[in-house]
Order: sequence, then C-alpha cells, then structure tokens
Amino acid sequence: MSEVTIRMNVNGTARRGRIEPRKTLADFLREDCVATSVHLACEHGVCGACTVIVDGVASRSCLMFAVQADGASITTAEGLANPDGSLGIVQDAFRQCHGLQCGFCTPGFVVSVTAFLQENPDPSLEEIREGISGNLCRCTGYQGIIKAVQHAAAAGRTAVTSTEGN
Amino acid sequence: MKPAPFEYHAPETVDDAVGLLAQHGDDAKPLAGGQSLVPLLSLRLTRFDHLVDLNRIGALQGIRRENGHVVVGAMTRHRAVELDPSIGSTVPLLAAAVPWIGHFQIRNRGTIGGSIAHADPAAELPAVAAALDAEMEITSKSGVRRLAAADFFQGTFMTAIDTGELLTAIRFPVWGKESGFAFTEFARRSGDFAIAGVGVGLEASGGTITRAAIAFMGMGPVPARAADAEKALLGVSLDSLDAAAVARIAVAATDATGDVHASAANRTTIATHLAEQALTRAASLAAANV
Repeated sequence: MSEVTIRMNVNGTARRGRIEPRKTLADFLREDCVATSVHLACEHGVCGACTVIVDGVASRSCLMFAVQADGASITTAEGLANPDGSLGIVQDAFRQCHGLQCGFCTPGFVVSVTAFLQENPDPSLEEIREGISGNLCRCTGYQGIIKAVQHAAAAGRTAVTSTEGN
Repeated sequence: MKPAPFEYHAPETVDDAVGLLAQHGDDAKPLAGGQSLVPLLSLRLTRFDHLVDLNRIGALQGIRRENGHVVVGAMTRHRAVELDPSIGSTVPLLAAAVPWIGHFQIRNRGTIGGSIAHADPAAELPAVAAALDAEMEITSKSGVRRLAAADFFQGTFMTAIDTGELLTAIRFPVWGKESGFAFTEFARRSGDFAIAGVGVGLEASGGTITRAAIAFMGMGPVPARAADAEKALLGVSLDSLDAAAVARIAVAATDATGDVHASAANRTTIATHLAEQALTRAASLAAANV
C-alpha cells in the first residue's frame, strides 16, 4: 500500500510527512511531530487522552487517520501554553486546583476543556460535568478537575473583560 | 495499534464515491465520521482493502426542507444537528436524541449517515429513524432509491445497503403542530452505549391522540417499533393517558437479550420505566402545543 505525503499546521508550525494511510492522527502527532502530549490509552475513542483540536473542533486523534487531516490546523496541549512558554489559562487552572495527579489524562482534559469553554464560557456545574464526561481520569475523582474548569472559566472571563477594557 | 493496510480514497463528489464503491465492491468501505469504523479497524475486528473517505464531499453535509420533510445529508455531523436552530421545531425527536450520542468530541466527528448505516442496535439514531418512519436515500451508479426505515434495518450491524451503494441522505417527515416528542435512555456512565433507550412521538387533535410512534433501542437486533401500544394510544385523551399501562404493552414488542451489562429481564424492566417517562413527557409537550 503506497505512502502519501501530507501537510498540516501543528501548534503554529508547518509539518510535512510521508505516511501510510493507516497511520492515525494520534500516531502522526506523536511520532512525526514530537507532540507527545497526545496520549494514547484506550485507542478506541473512549478515554479522551488523545483529544486534539482539528480546525477548531475537539476530536479524538485516535479515531482519525493522519491523511484525513491533510491541510488542517491542529492544536495539542503543547499549543495551549502562552507564547513565552508559561502555562495557558486552562493549564494553570489545573495546576492551581489540583486537577491532576499522575497527569496521564491531563493533556486530553486541557484540550477538551479549552474547546468546551470556547463554546460555553460561563458553564453551570451540570454543564461542566457533562463537558468533561468524554475524558477519563483514574486518579483525581474529578472534583479537582471540576474546580479547575470553574477556575479557568472565571479566569477566561476576567481576561476577556480586561482585553475589552483596553 | 494499527489497522491492516488499506488504500485510501478521498473523492470530492458522490459520483466519484459510488464509482469507487462499484469498482472495488465488497473490498471497499465508506468512511464517514469514523467514530465506530476506526476502532473496528484498529482492533482488527474488520479490514478492508479500500477505504472511501466521504469527509471531503461537501454535498453530503447539510440540512434542508423539502415538501414536508427535513432532509439531512448523510455526512452531517451530530454536532451540526445538535446546534441547528430549526431541528428542535421541525424534527424534535432527532433534536432530543442527538445529545445522548457519545460525548461532544464524538459528536464533532460522528455523522448521522454513519450512525444509521452502521446500524448498531444500541445506537440512538436508528431508533429515531424507525420511530419517525424516516426514509433512507441510497445512491449507486444506477441512480437513487428510497427505502423506509422498517425495510432498512435488517439485523445487528446489517442494513439493506447493497454492494456499490451509499447512504446519501435521511428524510424525516415533519409532524403536525400539536405534537410532542421525548427521547430517553439509561447507561451506567454518561456517554456510554445505553443498556436501553426509547423514543416517543405523539400527535393530537384537540387533545386526542391521532398519531403515535414508539421505538426502542438496545432491545433487540434492530430498532423495535411498538405497534400494539401505538394502536392502543389512538383516540386516547392526552390528559387521561395511562403511561405505565401503555409502556407495559409497548415493551412486549421487544426482544431483549442479556449480556455482560444487563440481563434480558433487567433490560426489559429498565425499558418499561423509560417508555413510561418518555410517554409522559411527550404527552405533556403535545398538550402544551395545542
């Protein structure tokens, strides 16, 4: 089966690869783009650890082939940091609120939560629980993660207000 | 974890897609949102020499009105249906069912046509299509045919789609104004495949039921319409509906099997309660729409 050439933008960097069509987007990001925040656990769409943003839409990168993302813009957890390398709003909230313990699920969570808060910047507790239901965490019991989402939502709203104020 | 090797095709038109499907026959599989097919390939539960990716066919995406029907393109994402401002009033049962599908990340990629063509007995949209007597628009090189939901679902993961054919749209009839719909399901964890689920539609005239539809999911190999219960509802006043009694009649139409998640008896008990809840809610919504 012949290899194909694909191009995509990963966290602002143009990437090019020559791959077999059966290579998943998750494997391409990890092996060819050094985006190793993309974690693989279940590899069949249940755990959410591999969640990335594809052209603005949070998706399971284990359920897409890299060839399908030819021409797309991808954001992984690496791309959520501030330009100076400090933690982005959602990442920082997870740190402050003990939203992680072992950290394996965390990249998928921060990507999902970033996408979730973009659509719903002021979620209720019930909406937060629904919003994070597509990511599994085996350490925290989720309470710290819920607090982190609330914290990130508040911090995001403050950031928007201060930008508008300028 | 890797699927077996395949040749990848990314046609940009339906003509090209059905051409590829005709050319490669049973060695080819259409790839829609991939939220079920990619796991099956990765786990090597199935393999195909050719995948025909439908994601670059713009004409297969979108929702339009046509002669009393809402026509949803097969590659319309669940999330697009969920966020569509009109579906809540034109096909309320579809709007009620879609948020139950997986998680938002899954709904971002998964498609209505993919779900219906996959025909998982525990999936929401086949039950919605069955409840509403939706028509499937199936395209091949020789043209387009339409098939009623009742004839479309043939068994677990089995449909009437033939070799070389592609499900291209789903046509939902629009019910009258004095109607109410409800969809509910039970799963152990949010977003998991449900143990059982049910969709209900009731249409009334002056408060008396004139049309009823009940379809279960997860209660047999194909979506189960409850014809006897539907008949029993005709002529009944929305106010005096005995939802529990109708639910018991309805569930008799199902053929649940037990598995690791629930025994057949447990499933049937759950489905009975779900049907009662959905009937009650649909009746109160219909009564509010008089």
